[in-house]
Amino acid sequence: MLRLEARPEPSRAMVMLTPIIAVIATMIAGGILFAFLGNNPFTAIRIIFWDPLFNDMVASYTRPQLLVKAAPLILMAIGLSFGFRANVWNIGAEGQFIMGAVIGGGTALALYPLESPLVFPLIIIMGGLGGFLWAMIPAILKIRFNANEILVSLMLVYVAAQFLAAMVTGPMKSPVGMGFPVSRNFNEYQSAFNAELLSNTGLHFGVLVMMAVVIVGYIFLTRHIFGFQIRVSGQSARASKFAGVNPHTTVALCLGISGALAGLAGLFEVTGPAGKLSTNFPLGYGFTAIIVAFLGRLHPIGILLAGLLMALTYIGGELAQFQMSIPAAAIQVFQGMLLFFLLGVDILVNFRLRWDSKSKEAH
Amino acid sequence: MDLSSISPVTLIVSLMAASTPILLAALGELVVEKSGVLNLGVEGMMIIGAVCGFIAAVTTGSPWLGFLFGAICGAAVSMIFAVLTQYLMANQVATGLGLTMFGLGLASLLGHSYTGINPPAFSQIHIPVLSDLPVVGRIVFGHDPMIYFSLALTFAIWYFLTRTRGGLVLRAVGESHDAAHALGYKVIRIRMLAIAFGGACAGLGGAYLSLVRVPQWAEGMTAGAGWIALAIVVFASWKPGRAIIGAYLFGGVTVLQLNLQAAGLAISPAYLSMTPYLATIIVLVIMASDKKRQSLNAPASLGKTFFAST
Repeated sequence: MLRLEARPEPSRAMVMLTPIIAVIATMIAGGILFAFLGNNPFTAIRIIFWDPLFNDMVASYTRPQLLVKAAPLILMAIGLSFGFRANVWNIGAEGQFIMGAVIGGGTALALYPLESPLVFPLIIIMGGLGGFLWAMIPAILKIRFNANEILVSLMLVYVAAQFLAAMVTGPMKSPVGMGFPVSRNFNEYQSAFNAELLSNTGLHFGVLVMMAVVIVGYIFLTRHIFGFQIRVSGQSARASKFAGVNPHTTVALCLGISGALAGLAGLFEVTGPAGKLSTNFPLGYGFTAIIVAFLGRLHPIGILLAGLLMALTYIGGELAQFQMSIPAAAIQVFQGMLLFFLLGVDILVNFRLRWDSKSKEAH
Repeated sequence: MDLSSISPVTLIVSLMAASTPILLAALGELVVEKSGVLNLGVEGMMIIGAVCGFIAAVTTGSPWLGFLFGAICGAAVSMIFAVLTQYLMANQVATGLGLTMFGLGLASLLGHSYTGINPPAFSQIHIPVLSDLPVVGRIVFGHDPMIYFSLALTFAIWYFLTRTRGGLVLRAVGESHDAAHALGYKVIRIRMLAIAFGGACAGLGGAYLSLVRVPQWAEGMTAGAGWIALAIVVFASWKPGRAIIGAYLFGGVTVLQLNLQAAGLAISPAYLSMTPYLATIIVLVIMASDKKRQSLNAPASLGKTFFAST
């Protein structure tokens, strides 16, 4: 029968191959899901993965969306990947994303209608700071009281969402919004608007920051002592102490970096693609970013590719919703399945399958 | 604001109803964690239980079948987690998160056409004389059967874990899977059963939410209840009796803030809605800072992967 055998060392080929196997398996399982929903699975898969990029009917709209959707996912996933490597589980990126948008966007709303080239840099800093400080809550509680950062950071997502609701129904409510719980539109405020830099590319300032973070993240992870320290902390807490790593610093850095990046992502999203603060603003990117981080093998380059792929499923999902009336939730299921398959086939990295014949050699 | 509109008796009665879904889910997770497995997918299993229980109850007209089906479906989705973590040795934290995301998506997919429907009524028991007693009658004898079931389940789990051989084996597996394996216990099989039990409890809690507590189906209706259940397991330091205290404490905060919202307290309702989550964080901090108690009760193999090399 089929038996698992531990590999002497993790297979490098499988590290590269398993995400691809997982994507293919998800396409098959997703196709079955779509068939159950009464749709042609081949058409659905084509609409999700092919049409947004290559179908001339829609591509002029969907292609730029790729960068718009991928930027926040990649930005957040890179931050999270550092922590995940070090066994520091920040799963509240969604909350930090919201707080970045609220603090940064709120600063912009407070300055309105002041036009100055300093406004945009200032709100970027405030956005990053908002996410950073929100992430420091679980970090400090973890360091000082040993409170579980998974649960604390997750609870803070709900607190942040309620805080956003309080803001858009209170101090940040638009005076010209006819009473709706939304903030002023950022595209009416030139100095704060995160505009598209090249028309029809989806390239906004946040995309540039994302690309810079991919490069810096790569250098940090592979060339810097910090990358070494988080990898050691993740593999063995005891060994990392001998290597002179302070576990408290690791917790603070991992949560702080991922929080700041999530805050930036939120700020770029609210002042650009989303355009305004509202209770509908959080779309769950902070949770999808967790899938992106794993799909990208917690490696910056992998995350870049995984983020683009995940953005594609969002855009293709919207297209499928529009053309085949596949419900939006189906895409969420699809993304969840992708994570399952990925975690499942992951075993091939450390183990190989062996076919045992009856005649076993003596042990 | 009119505080006199808040009646203490009604408060206690609705507190128990508000706590029951979380208590059920927390009890299931407690058993799972005692077997050495950390399943962060409680929220996902709960919402699957909520939607499946709701659909079954609406279709058959029987809330009892709804509860049953909710529990079965909760256990069914927990098996995804079980296979991935036990047989394919996937990271438990990541797989649990995946289960939550998958469950939330699948639930809104399944519940698509069930929003705005009322489920069949699930009424409180009524014992002549006893239930009509002032104050005590409503607090002790005036609940629906599931509340009594959740209390009985707490006792049953306490009895199982501390007084039976099966409970001892389960705890042994959670403390040291290698030692349990060496003694000839089937570590993987025991853990699979524990995970299924946890899934069933979470599903039951979810079904209670959609059939009794709300009672309606709405997307994302668990609103973090599964995560709070996880926090309550830590609060309870893995003791079933303390889970009741934790769940009722949380239910109290929830009900009180809802009542204050209704009474028209002069602050934004959003701030009041934060309180259950903030209370959870505070409780986590208080419990975690007491290191001695934590390390005494936390299962030693919690979250570790077992691989039988021989």
